[in-house]
Amino acid sequence: MRRETQRLILLLLPAGILFSAFFLIPMAELFLIGGAGKDGWAAYAAILTNANYFNSLLATLGVAVLTTIVTLIISGISGVFLQRHKFRGNGALVAMLTFPLAFPGVVIGFMVIMLAGRQGLIGAVSEALIGDKIVFAYSLTGLFMGYVYFSIPRTILTVMAAAEKLDPKLEEAARSLGASPFRVVLDVIIPGLKPAFISAGAICFATAVGAFGTAFTLAARINVLPMVIYTEFTLAANITMAAALSFVLGAVTWIVLALARTAAGGTVAAAG
Amino acid sequence: MSDINPMSIALKNCAKTFADGTKALEPLDLAINAGETVVFLGPSGCGKTTTLRIIAGLEEPDAGGSVLFDGQDVTQIPIEQRNVGMVFQSYALFPNMSVAENIGYGLKIRRMPAAQVRTRVGEMLAMMQIEKLANRRIDQLSGGQRQRVALARAIAVRPRALLLDEPLTALDAKLRDTLRLEIDTLLRSLKITAIYVTHDQAEAMALGDRIVVMEHGRVAQIGAPRDIYQKPASRFVADFIGTMNRLNGAVRNGVFTCRAGDLPWPAAPADASEILFRPEDIRVTEDGEPSTLRGRIASAFFLGDRTRLFVEVGERQPLVVESTARRDFSHGEQVGLAIDPRGIVIL
Ligand SMILES: Nc1ncnc2c1ncn2[C@@H]1O[C@H](COP(=O)(O)OP(=O)(O)O)[C@@H](O)[C@H]1O
Ligand SMILES: [Mg+2]
Repeated sequence: MRRETQRLILLLLPAGILFSAFFLIPMAELFLIGGAGKDGWAAYAAILTNANYFNSLLATLGVAVLTTIVTLIISGISGVFLQRHKFRGNGALVAMLTFPLAFPGVVIGFMVIMLAGRQGLIGAVSEALIGDKIVFAYSLTGLFMGYVYFSIPRTILTVMAAAEKLDPKLEEAARSLGASPFRVVLDVIIPGLKPAFISAGAICFATAVGAFGTAFTLAARINVLPMVIYTEFTLAANITMAAALSFVLGAVTWIVLALARTAAGGTVAAAG
Repeated sequence: MSDINPMSIALKNCAKTFADGTKALEPLDLAINAGETVVFLGPSGCGKTTTLRIIAGLEEPDAGGSVLFDGQDVTQIPIEQRNVGMVFQSYALFPNMSVAENIGYGLKIRRMPAAQVRTRVGEMLAMMQIEKLANRRIDQLSGGQRQRVALARAIAVRPRALLLDEPLTALDAKLRDTLRLEIDTLLRSLKITAIYVTHDQAEAMALGDRIVVMEHGRVAQIGAPRDIYQKPASRFVADFIGTMNRLNGAVRNGVFTCRAGDLPWPAAPADASEILFRPEDIRVTEDGEPSTLRGRIASAFFLGDRTRLFVEVGERQPLVVESTARRDFSHGEQVGLAIDPRGIVIL
């Protein structure tokens, strides 16, 4: 028994060292720096009391949640479709869809500008049609679009892998019991894809919370936390506030993901 | 429980060619009476599942084919509107629902009030003797329990026909026997039209009012189990169902002469050159009993209630003979044989 425990500790050691070196220690350091400024721990309170910080926190979370939901809906539908219908060029299309995975945030931002910027496609078309130039690249909407564009490929791939494992007999059984195609989606396909939705959604959410390059490219006006952190750190040299904001950003993301995981974990386990 | 209104099913000219060019079914005509249990029997790949799926509405027959329920053409009606219950080999229970939720699913779809659903689910649980499992998750059930839940789920909605695709194949032998008996009792008490697909001839014999033997996408024979067994229509059916012995020879003056000797057979047709018969229609003669057929024991297997003998008679295959005699048979022993001419089949 003792030897078992010893061996277990030995096996856990490398992971433990890594975890400490690259996660625990930096996070603790960050947390301490956040409280080491001239205002002390009040820096953390400022995130809630200072309207600017608080609004940017809300905006960040809002964009991330919306991005996650929209990405999951689009990728869920396309992923299942691409998995189920093997047409000519299916493989090439899937390969092409994975293109944006390699792009840095700057490129994504640039593409949003080309689409919805002042000289963009949407502006040109809308001007020709309704005489009004629609421009939304330099706002939260543009940022949201960039994140969705960036998150879709990865999510589609995850959904496709999961859709392949769905048992078609379950759908046939549901239909034999009178379920319409819509009910089949609701009662069989979505529950079957739930684990994939959770993991892909978590990555999507975390990416949208932390992505910086896209926001930076689009405008300095966009008030999301990564941008605020950047401004505090480089322009205002307010290292304490930057550290406090970083820590909170990390912690909030972690909490949201943990909540999603337990909420789903319970039902996923119950579903077997 | 006879609250089910059974229907007749007919297939007219139903062929099936899959998108990849596989010809799974030749044009097929079939009539199934209301309340009847019909078994589709045949080796793997002969088209049983395809036929069942055409009836269910999961596959469409090739152009020109039609499916009739109670005389009404339902070929274009999707499965969700056909009101047929399905039971699969893999159970296909919803993993995100409890046992009770699985059984009540079809009722919920039909917008039955919750209280009535509960009552009906309770009835089903009681009928399948799985009341204790009502709140279990599917992954907490054994194979036999899963199949009971699957049956209950299919029957709960009072379907007009029950379609079962190899429901017992995934279970071990002992459980298979128990559940086979339960399914038999169930189908008879419900008086439901049922189609049961299997490759197991013992299952087919036990359950079917009629058996449809299939071979390479064609119907080889349709008939009651006894007819199929005693009067097989082709060599394929004869070999697929039960064990068949064969002897080659010629008939002269009411005697069939083969390498094993002479078989007196007054009703012999003059042109019979090969006769077939079942193991139960041949026996080893007693000591001192005159016999005109002789063979040499190639192997003997003591099975407890009887001994299965393989007797070499100079044919391609040794004869299979079963003996209930209380004696030992030794390898190489010469024995006399007697065949009951009433069991002889000529094809
Ligand atoms: N979806 C399909 N696409 C192509 N061929 C198929 C398909 N389903 C079945 N088949 C083929 O059709 C034939 C009959 O299959 P099936 O009806 O499943 O046989 P059985 O149930 O008697 O084992 C087989 O040769 C099988 O490979
Ligand atoms: Mg089959």
